[in-house]
Amino acid sequence: MNRQGMLILAVLGVGAVIGAPFAIPAYITQLSFLWLMVLFALTWDIMGGQMGYNSFGNIFFFGIGAYVCAVIQRDAGLDWHVAFFIGMAAAAALGVIAAAILGSGMLGLRGQYFAIATLGLGIAGGEIASGWDYIGAGSGLVPPLYPGVLGAREMFFYFLFLVLAIICFFTLRRLYSGRFGLAINAIRDDEDKAESMGLHTTRYKTIAWCVSAFFLAMAGAGAGNMIGFIDPRDVAFAGLTFGVWMVLMAILGGKGTLWGPVLGAAIFHITQELFWTYLLGWQRVALGLLIIVIVVFFPTGILGWVRERYPEKFGQAVDAEAQGAAMGEKAEP
Amino acid sequence: MDNVLILVNQPVIFLQVAIDGILFGSILALVAYGMALVWGVMKVINIAQGEFVMLGGYVALKFADAGLSPLWAVPAATVILFAVGWILYWLVVRWVVDKDIFISLLATFGLSIFLQQIVNQIFSADVRTAESGLVSRSFLDDRLVVAEIKVLAFVLAAIVGGILWVFLARSRLGQAIRATAQNARAARIMGVDTNHVYAMTFGLNAAICGGAGALVAMTWVIHPYLGLSYLVRSFMIVVVAGLGNLPGVIVAGLGLGAAENFAGFVFGAEYQAAFIFSLLVVILVWRNWRLGRQRRYLK
Amino acid sequence: MSTPFNTVLVATVAISLVAAAGAKADTIVLGAAVSLTGKYSTAGNHTKKGYDLAVTRVNERGGVKVGGKSYKLKIIYYDDESTPARGAQLAERLIKQDKVKYLLGPYSSGLTKAIAPVTEKYKVPMVEGNGASLSLFNKGYKYLFAVLSTTQFYLKEAINLAAEQAKKTGRDPKTLKVAMAFENDPFSQDVRAGVVEDAKRHGMKIVIDDKLPPEINDMSATLAKVRALKPDILLVSGHSKGAALVVRQVAAMKVSVPMLAITHCDSAKVIKKFKVKANFILCASQWDRSLSYKDGWFGTAEQYAQLFEKTYKYSPPYQAAESSAAVLTFVDAFQRSGSLDPEKLRNALAATKMQTFYGNIKFDSTGKNIAKPMVLYQIQDGKYKVVAPLKWATSKLIHPAPKWNKR
Repeated sequence: MNRQGMLILAVLGVGAVIGAPFAIPAYITQLSFLWLMVLFALTWDIMGGQMGYNSFGNIFFFGIGAYVCAVIQRDAGLDWHVAFFIGMAAAAALGVIAAAILGSGMLGLRGQYFAIATLGLGIAGGEIASGWDYIGAGSGLVPPLYPGVLGAREMFFYFLFLVLAIICFFTLRRLYSGRFGLAINAIRDDEDKAESMGLHTTRYKTIAWCVSAFFLAMAGAGAGNMIGFIDPRDVAFAGLTFGVWMVLMAILGGKGTLWGPVLGAAIFHITQELFWTYLLGWQRVALGLLIIVIVVFFPTGILGWVRERYPEKFGQAVDAEAQGAAMGEKAEP
Repeated sequence: MDNVLILVNQPVIFLQVAIDGILFGSILALVAYGMALVWGVMKVINIAQGEFVMLGGYVALKFADAGLSPLWAVPAATVILFAVGWILYWLVVRWVVDKDIFISLLATFGLSIFLQQIVNQIFSADVRTAESGLVSRSFLDDRLVVAEIKVLAFVLAAIVGGILWVFLARSRLGQAIRATAQNARAARIMGVDTNHVYAMTFGLNAAICGGAGALVAMTWVIHPYLGLSYLVRSFMIVVVAGLGNLPGVIVAGLGLGAAENFAGFVFGAEYQAAFIFSLLVVILVWRNWRLGRQRRYLK
Repeated sequence: MSTPFNTVLVATVAISLVAAAGAKADTIVLGAAVSLTGKYSTAGNHTKKGYDLAVTRVNERGGVKVGGKSYKLKIIYYDDESTPARGAQLAERLIKQDKVKYLLGPYSSGLTKAIAPVTEKYKVPMVEGNGASLSLFNKGYKYLFAVLSTTQFYLKEAINLAAEQAKKTGRDPKTLKVAMAFENDPFSQDVRAGVVEDAKRHGMKIVIDDKLPPEINDMSATLAKVRALKPDILLVSGHSKGAALVVRQVAAMKVSVPMLAITHCDSAKVIKKFKVKANFILCASQWDRSLSYKDGWFGTAEQYAQLFEKTYKYSPPYQAAESSAAVLTFVDAFQRSGSLDPEKLRNALAATKMQTFYGNIKFDSTGKNIAKPMVLYQIQDGKYKVVAPLKWATSKLIHPAPKWNKR
C-alpha cells in the first residue's frame, strides 16, 4: 500500500476508534473490553511470542493490579479520580516488583516447566486471595462506584483502556525495534547460544516480564473498577478465562508479531460476543471448538497464514530494515 | 498448632488421615500415569485428562441409572473411554502431535472446555453419585474406618499399574510404544506406524482415566467440572516424578494424596490447594537450582 | 402489479404494524440474567423455571392490570455463565440495549452483588429471590428487593435448636462444641457469619472452622478432624456439591455427630441419592410445600408444587418457588402503583405487604424480607419433616442422631 493509502487508513482508524463510543453507545462496555483484550494479548506476546517463554500465569499481575488499586481506593479516603490514579500507579509498581522477584526464581525454568510453574502461580494467586480476609477473601472486593452522570463511567473506562492499549502498543513497538527486541528474539531462537555470545539473558527476561506486569497491573486496576466486583477467582486471578484467552488471542492473530495480538484480540472478542448472543447455553461448547480450530488450523496465527499466502504484500522485506522498524515487526526466522 | 498435636497424640487419627490420603492418592497415581504415558510418548500435555476421568464417572452414573451395579462400569468405562480417546486422537490430537508442545497444550485445552460444556449441556451441572453397594469397615473400636470401595480402587490401581508395566515391557505394541517414545523418527524408519502407536497410547490413557472416573463416582461425587482438580494433580505428580519413571509416578501420586490430606487436616481445607501449588513451585525451583545453572557473562 | 394485489399488500402491512404495535404496547418486559451454564447452572435453571411458571400463570389468568389496562408479562433472558463480571455486563446490556426497566434477580449472592450496583445506578427496580447474602443489604441500595430470608438466618436455627436440646437434657449450652465447614464463597461465608454470631451468643466453643475451596472434591481431612475432636454439632454449607459430599463421606467414614445441619439438601437430592444414610440430617430451607401459605395466583404451596411437578416433572426446589414469588411481587406492585413508571413502581415495591404461596413478604428499608422465617427440616425415614421453627413444626426432632454403628 502506498503512503497516501496508509495515511487515509490511519486517519479513518483513529476516527473510528475515538468516535465509536459516541456512535454506538450501547456497545461501549463491550468495546472497552476489546481494548482490555488487546492489552492481554500484547502483554502476553512479549513473553510467549517474542521471547518464547509461554506464561500461563500473567494473570497474576492482573490480579495484583486489581486488588492493589481497590484497596487503595477503599482505604485512602480520597476523591475517586485521585484515588484511582494513585491506585493504578501503585498497582503498576507492585506488579513490576512482583515480576522482578518471581522472575528471579521462575525465569530459570525452561519450556514446559516455566509454563507449568506460571500456571501454578496464577492458581496460587486465586487461592491466596480467596483466603485473605483483608482483601475480602472469598467474598471479593467492591471498589467505590464511579461518580458522575449517567454514561460518564462508560466513557471514562473506554478511553482509559484505549489510551492504555495505545501506550502499550507504541511502547512495545519501540522496544521491539531496538536492542531489546533483538535480544528477546535471540532468547527465543536459542537461549544457550545467546548466553554464550554474552547476552545477559536473565536481565532481559526479567525486564520483559516486568514490562508485561507493568501494563497488566494497570489493566487490572481499571478492569476491577469497570467490572465493579473483584472476585478472587473469576475476575482477579481468572486463570481459566482471561489467563488462557491471552494466549489464544496472541496465537490466533500471530504470535511474535506486533499486530498479530491486536488482530487476534479483536477477532476472538467479537466471536465470543457473537457466540454469547446467538448460541445461548452452547456458547462455551462453541468456544472449545473455536480454540481447537485456532490451534489446529492457525498455529502461526492469521498473520502468519496471510504472510505465507501473500508474501509480497505482507511478508517482511529483509533488507528494508528501516521500513521494518517503522512497521514494528520482526522478520520471522 | 493444636491440629498437629492431635496427630501426635492420637496415632489412630494419624493413621486414618494417612490411609485416606494414600487411597485417594492411588487414583491420582493412575491418572498421572496415563498423563505421563501420553506426555512421554507423544510429547503432548493432555489438558483434557481430568475430563476423561469425569466421563468415566458419567459412564458409572449411566450404569447406575440403568439399574446395573456401577462396579461393572469400571471395566465398561475403561473400554468406552478407550474408544473415545482413540477417536479424539484421530479427530484432533493427530494434527498437533508433531508441533510445538505448547500448541498441543492449547488444543487439548480446547478439547477440555468442549467436553466439559457438552457434558454440562447434556447432563446438567448437577452433582451426582453412584452407589457401589460396598460398605465401610471399622477397626480399632470404630476409630479407624476404611471404605471398601477405596481399597478396591487402590487394588485396581495397583493391578492396572502392574499390567501396564508388563504390557509395555513385553508386548509388541508395548515395544512399539517405547520405541516411539525414544525416537519417533527412528521408529518410523524401522517400520512402526507411529500414528497407530499414538492413537493406541492416547486411547490407553483415556481408558485408565475412565476406569478411575468410574471409581470416583462411587467414592466421591461427579460433576462436569471436576476435571480440573485431577488435571492439576496429575500434572504435578508427573513433573515431580519425571516422565518414564513409573515407580516414581506411583510413589509421587500416593505421596501427594497423603500430603494433601495432612495439609487439609493441619492447616484447614482452605489452604490445602495453596499448599499443594506452593509445593509444586518450590520443588520446581529447587530442582532447577540444584541443577546448578551457572551463568557467567563476558564483559 | 394489479390494484387488488396492491390493496391486499398494503392491508397486510398495515394490519401487521398495528398488531406489532399493539402486541408491544400490551406487554411488560422484564429482564433477567440467570446462570444457565457454569457451576450454578442447576440452580439457575430452577430459577428460570420459577420465573417462567409465574409468567405463564399470570398471563393465562388475564395478565397484570395496571391503570385499567391488562398487560402480559415477558422476560428477556441472558446467560451469565455463573460469572459476576458477565452478570454485570448483561444487566447493563438489558438496561441500555434492550431498554428493560425492571429486572428479576440472578441466582446466587455473588451475581446479585455484581448486578446490584448497576441496577442501582440506572434506578431500575430489581426483585430477586436467590441472593440471600446480608452484605447486599448494608450498602444503602434503594432499588433492590429480596423475597427470600437472608443468609445469616439459614443455619442459625440449628444452633438455637442445639442449645434448646442441651438445656432440656440439663446441659449448659456453653459446653457445646461446634464444628463448621463452609465453602469459601459469599453465600456460604454469610451463612457462617450467622452461625458464628449465634454460637458466640450462647458461649459455645468453635473447635473446627474450615473454609472449603470451591473446587474441593474430598472432605476427608475435615471429617478426620471431626472424628478426633467429637463436636456436638457439625454445620456444613457448600452448595449442592458440599451437601452431596458431606452426606456421602460422613456415612462412608462413619463419622458420628449428634447433630448435622447442612444447606442445599434438596437441590443436591440427598434423599434420592443416599436414602437411609441421609437420615437425621437437618436441612435449612426457605420454603416447604407443606406450609400453609397461599395466594390468589397459585393457591396454596402444595397447589404450586403440583403445578410445577405437572409442568416440569420434578418437585419444585425452593429456588424455583422464590423465583415465582419474585414475579408475583412485581405483579402486585404494578397493580398497586397503577403505573409502569419505574420510580412509582419502586415505591410500590417498598410498601409491599402480601402473602404468597411462598410466604409472607414485607420489605424493610434496606429491601430485605422480614416477614418470612427460615425452616429447618430433619430427614426422617427418607422424608423431610419440618422440625423448626417450633411454631410451624409438624414433627419432633430426633436428637442426638444415632451413631453409625447403631444404624
